[in-house]
Formats: sequence, C-alpha cells, structure tokens
Amino acid sequence: MSDNATSRPGPLQGVRVIDFGWVLAGPYATMLLSYLGAEVIKVESRRRVDEQRIAHRAGLSEEVEASSNFLEVNLGKGSVSLNIATPEGAELARRLVATADVAIENMRPGVMDRLGLGYDALSEVKPDLIMVSISGWGATGPLRDYTAYAPCFSSYSGLAHLTGYADGEPGTGTSSNDARAGTAAAFAILMALNIRERTGEGQYIDLAASLALNALVGDSVLEYAMTGESPARDGNRDRLMAPHNVYRCKGEDRWISIAVGDDTEWAKLRETMGDPPWAADETFATAAGRRAEEDRLDALLEEWTLQYEPMELTELLQSRGVAAMPSFSAEELFNSPHLVERGAVTEVAHPVLGRRQAVSPPWKLSETPASIRSTAPLLGQSNDEVFGRLLGLPAEEIERLKKAKVIY
Amino acid sequence: MSQGPMSHLKVVELADLVAAPYCGKLLADFGADVIKVEPPQHGDEARRRGPFPDDAPDPERSGLFLYLNTNKRGVTLDLGSEQGRELFRRLVADADVLIEDRTPGELARLGLDFQALRKINPRLIVTSVTPFGQTGPWAGYKSRHLTTFHASGQGYLLPMNSPDLTREPVRGAGYLGEYDAGVTAAIGTLGAVFKRGRGGPGQHIDVSKQHAVMHLEKSQLRRYVDDGVAPDRTGMGRLLETLVTGKDGRYVLIILSSQIQWKGLYKAMGEPEWAARPPFDTQAGRSANYPELRRRLQAWADGHTAEEIFHKIQACKSASAPVYDAEAFLQSPQLAARDYLVEYEHPAAGRLTHPGRPYKFSNVSWQGERPAPLLGQHNDEVFGRHLGCSQDDLAKFREAGVI
Repeated sequence: MSDNATSRPGPLQGVRVIDFGWVLAGPYATMLLSYLGAEVIKVESRRRVDEQRIAHRAGLSEEVEASSNFLEVNLGKGSVSLNIATPEGAELARRLVATADVAIENMRPGVMDRLGLGYDALSEVKPDLIMVSISGWGATGPLRDYTAYAPCFSSYSGLAHLTGYADGEPGTGTSSNDARAGTAAAFAILMALNIRERTGEGQYIDLAASLALNALVGDSVLEYAMTGESPARDGNRDRLMAPHNVYRCKGEDRWISIAVGDDTEWAKLRETMGDPPWAADETFATAAGRRAEEDRLDALLEEWTLQYEPMELTELLQSRGVAAMPSFSAEELFNSPHLVERGAVTEVAHPVLGRRQAVSPPWKLSETPASIRSTAPLLGQSNDEVFGRLLGLPAEEIERLKKAKVIY
Repeated sequence: MSQGPMSHLKVVELADLVAAPYCGKLLADFGADVIKVEPPQHGDEARRRGPFPDDAPDPERSGLFLYLNTNKRGVTLDLGSEQGRELFRRLVADADVLIEDRTPGELARLGLDFQALRKINPRLIVTSVTPFGQTGPWAGYKSRHLTTFHASGQGYLLPMNSPDLTREPVRGAGYLGEYDAGVTAAIGTLGAVFKRGRGGPGQHIDVSKQHAVMHLEKSQLRRYVDDGVAPDRTGMGRLLETLVTGKDGRYVLIILSSQIQWKGLYKAMGEPEWAARPPFDTQAGRSANYPELRRRLQAWADGHTAEEIFHKIQACKSASAPVYDAEAFLQSPQLAARDYLVEYEHPAAGRLTHPGRPYKFSNVSWQGERPAPLLGQHNDEVFGRHLGCSQDDLAKFREAGVI
C-alpha cells in the first residue's frame, strides 16, 4: 500500500457512502471515492453474490474470497452482508442510508424501488441524500428497461464505431468502458456533494452509461451536426498529422507509436533516421503530402523501426523532440521505472490472494492525498462494526438476524 | 441571466486541446465561472483541429473547440510578456482553481507555478494535467493522444476481437484517453474544492494522463498480476459477445456471456431447432463451436435490420445493442426522451447540437447557456470590469500584443 499516504486524510474524509453497486461500474465509482477518503460500506449478500466475487473465465466458483476481479474494483471498502430482499434487511439498509451522505446502485431501473430502497424511500430517512443510479440507458425513455453490459454502452454511444482498423469490424472494447461509466458517476457524486455544501439540498442522479460514453466522443456529434457526416474509425491515423501510427519493432509483438505533429518534427524524425534518401521525396515535405501517401510512408518508416527495441527508439525520438511511446503491455507497465518512481504502481495485501501489484489512485494531491486505504473486504467483514457500533444493534439481535439469514 | 449551481466557483483555465479543457467544461457545464486563457493570435490548438463546416479551417468554427469550451468565458494573454504574466497573476489571485496543462517546468520558468501562485493566493487549487505527470523520467516527454493512449496499456488490448497478433494495436476512439484524463482531473479537483470548503488547504493536484487511462484498465491489466502473462488483443475469440450484421449492413452487438443471455436470444430467434440441440444447447458446447455459432447467428441476422435485431433480443430480456455512428446515434428516440442534446447558438458557427449531460440531477434544471467563446471575446469584461483595467490600459495591452 502507499504507506506514507495512508496516514493522511483524503479530501472526502467524513463522507459516508452506502454502496449497493455490483459487478463493475457502481463498485468502480465508490472505489474512487474511497481513494479520496470517503468511508464506503458495500451492501452485499450470499443470497445474490456480487458476480465479480465468483465469475471466472471458466465459469462460476464457490469461493467468494479469492477473486482478483472483485479486488480490483472494491479496494478500500467495508462490507456488510445484508439480504435486502427481506423486509428486515431492507429496513436495516434504510437505517444505514439514514447515517450516510451518498447511496449508489447499478441494478436495472425499478429494482431498488421494488425493494423499498428507491430514492423516494431513502430520501424519506435522509432528506439531503445524494443517490446515484447507473443503468445502461437511464431510468426514463423508451430504452429504460433494456439490458446492457459495457459492450452495449460502447456500441450504442458511438465509441465502438470509432475503434479499430478502417477495414475492420467496430471495436467494442474492454471492461474499461464499464469503468468509464463508473468514473462519470464518481464525477456526478462529487459535483452533487459540492452543490449540497452550498444549497443544503441532496440530489437524485439518474446516469445513463451509454450517454456517459457518448460524451467522451462528443466531438463526433458536433462533426455530424456541422458537416452532415459521421466520422469513421481509422486505426491509429490522424486527419492532419503524418506519420501518425503504430509501427512494428524488433521482437515478438512489440510496437512503437509515433505522432509527428508538423514539418519541424518531420525534419527531426528524418534527422533521427540519418536522413535516408526515401525521406527526401518531395511528396513527404508537407503534412498534406505525407497524408496522401501515408501507406507508402508508413511502410518505409517501419523498415527503420524494425531495427530497434520500442523503448530504445522512444528515448532516441524523445531526445529529438518527436512524440513517441511504446504500445505497452501490462507486464511492461508494472515494471516501468517511470511508473514505479511515481508510485503509480504499488502493492496491496489480501488475506486470500496475498501480496500483489496494483495500480495506484490516479491523482497526486499535495495536501490531502488519495490512497488505497485498505484492501478489498471479505464478505460481511464489517457486520459487527456497522450493525453493532454504527446502528447500535445489541449482539443478540445481530445473532438473531444472522440465524434468520437477514444478515447473510 | 440565470445561474448554474456552481456559479460561486471561480476557475482559470490555461489549457489546449482536449484533456484539461474537458475538465474545465465539466465544471463550466454546472455553472462554474471558468475563464479560459488563450494565447493571442492563434488561441487554443483545438481551434485548428476541426472538424470545420465544408472542411474550411476557421478558428471560430472548430467542432472540437466548440464542444470542449461551452459555458466558459474566453480571454487572451501573452504569458511571454511581463504585463501578460501580471494580468494572469491578478486573474488567479481571486480564483479558486487553476487548471493547466503546460509541460512540467514551463510555468516555473514563467514564475507562475503552484509554489509562486500560492504566495499570492494561499487557498488556490492548481490542477495540472500532463501526459506523464510532474515527476519521473518521462515528465518532459512529448506526447499526443495516440502516444499517451498506447503508453497507458489500453492500446495494446485493442482491437479486442483480433484473431491473432499480425496487425498493430490501435488507439481508443477519437480522443478517448484525453477525455478520460479530463474527467479524472475534474474528480480530483472537486474533491479538493469540497475539502477546502470545509476548511481545507489550497493544494496542487498532479494528474498523469497515462496513469489515469491505465487505471481505467486495471481489471484487464490484473491478468498479468494473476498469471504472469500479459493479456493482449486476442482476448475476444471466445464466448462473451459477438457482432453480426443486419440485412441493412449495420452491425449489432449480441451478448453471449451466460446461459441466461442465451435463453433470451434463443427466444428472439424464434426458438430454432439447431439452437436447442447439442452442441449449441450449453455454454461449453457453444464455446467449443464458436466459429460455427457465429455463422449461424449471422444467418439469422441476415433476415433482419440491425434495429429489429436489437429490439427483438431486448424484448426477450437479453442484452444487445446496435453499433451506431454519430448520425444513427442522433436518431435514437432515447435522446429526446432524456433531453440529452443541447443547442447552442454560436455567433460564428451558428446553431449547433451538442451532447449535454449524461446524468439527470433532480435538483439541477440549469442546462448551460453560453456557447464556446470567440478568441478574446471577454477581454473587456474580464480585464476591464473584473480587474479594473481602464480603456486606455486595454488599448495599450492590445497594441503590445499582450491581449
């Protein structure tokens, strides 16, 4: 863990979040809040175990404490095991929310209402509550009941259409698109918290993940509005700059990305290559010319990049002021001197998974640092503390609720 | 003029292109008073990027700039001149936040870095958004979206449906990684603003774009931590999802990740006999016969449009989505039902549809009101009315190229 940082409080110290989220988008949002110092209590249950605890590529597992998938998006949280499908469980959840600032959920629209945990019910016990619902298309509109996973968000939003080779299929992307929805939710919560400081009012936030992703390619909407044409995917290429692509280097599946911004940088690149005769071709003297003959240009450039290791060539090009970086694999990232020096990669310990490498929170705040405050929780590890200390239930009542599988 | 819920927050933005300006936009679209500082003459580089109407470059009609700078006011300042730097210091003196994206070290050379500015405004929050952060061996490296995205580890995983490793990895859609860094910066900034409102200090927030984008991919990158083998872009040749094309030639995504998803799809296809027989009746069987499964799904898809396939599958409670381009996206009735789109009337570019907020706030009806600024549009208002410069001063500044 980022040891020296953990002792200093984050900016959201004193904010309590009740996390009804599951799978990825919801949990990712609250993990970001936890990094910033919020107290996050995850509400989960053996009745309906968070898919991330048990889903593996091979299928479902019985073991709920050994999932690194779960760990990756639940760092720094507490956990209560509460069966919110029972009336007593729902009542306890409402009491929990009454002590909190924020509640978040990412079930299908309507599910929380049916459980008596919708915004109307929760704002009754906590009038200035900030509640966020994340769903694929939002809680209103003709598509509100439609089912969605991250590839659906990226398809509908326009992201997939813009990802991939010009002559290939659209690219629906990875689970990072779920994390993007979670990031939008975290932003919305921070905004609502700041608004509440000013007005004293809470907020119900209905977030459509598909639209959150569209906002990240919003310029393509403007392009259509202006020109009547939709932009299309084009691999790594750019409309103005060339060379602007990813080139093969020495070794197996090793690549460098190079983005030459103008004619000065092109001159620097030529210089770095030792000014080979082909580069003196008049056609390549201007960006427009290089764009027009880009296939030929890229092939010639790749003959040169093939002679180098990606990092070696990056250093060479950067020393001359040309933008270049390897296309890094996970292995290279976790062992990168730059990222290690910045503390961008760190370690977390977990009772079952052991000590392992992890990506640090993505901000360095000089006075109120973000940090991974604790590892991911075991299912129900905070039961006694939360139901006992926070809600004041006597020990025998907690025992009864456990037997009745309300705390389960 | 109506005010947004964050109108008390004063922000100065010294930033180009996408990432840091998007951070400023996210605050401005909730009413924060964001003053964007651009160099005189050329302004923000996004003004030169387009897209432009009729492909005719015009710094006042760049779609990228117009989208990323809504609800901001715009001033020009030459920070190369002492007068320009003095005006900048006066702007920052009563601001809450400075968002900046200069190469690490550049502002220190101008005497405008966090250490210098906190002397004139101890409560200032400075958010710096740069490709690799303020420290470390790559802090001074040059980078653009392409190179930052590939440096984050996300590029190496795309396109995720690659059959093998023959072709090169690709970057994310448009300026995706830059937008990602912008949202990340906005979250950190609002955290610091929240804390400051409760008696906390001013502070410096260092956001590395590479780190921000890498963090979003942590659920894939962890596969290296688990197995000691880095994941690559061939990960999708298995039973999670597939694309088919409708008879209109448009792509549709179908989710295949579980037996429950299959049940809905089976119903949507009209319960064909092959789909109830081995090997296609189980996840394991479908996985083992994935190429043949894809062929059969495509044969079904050939009879319907992409929209029909989408609605048929969703009607049976399974997940699916059409692959939209900007034009098709804009036709979705969901957008109007949620008031997602916002229209801005811009003096040079005319009336244009923008994506609005993807979240509905029950207590925020304010939707924004100001299109992106013309270059230096608010010089008189900001330097004159706010900073108290006289008409004479302003004329002199203009003459000297300071504004």
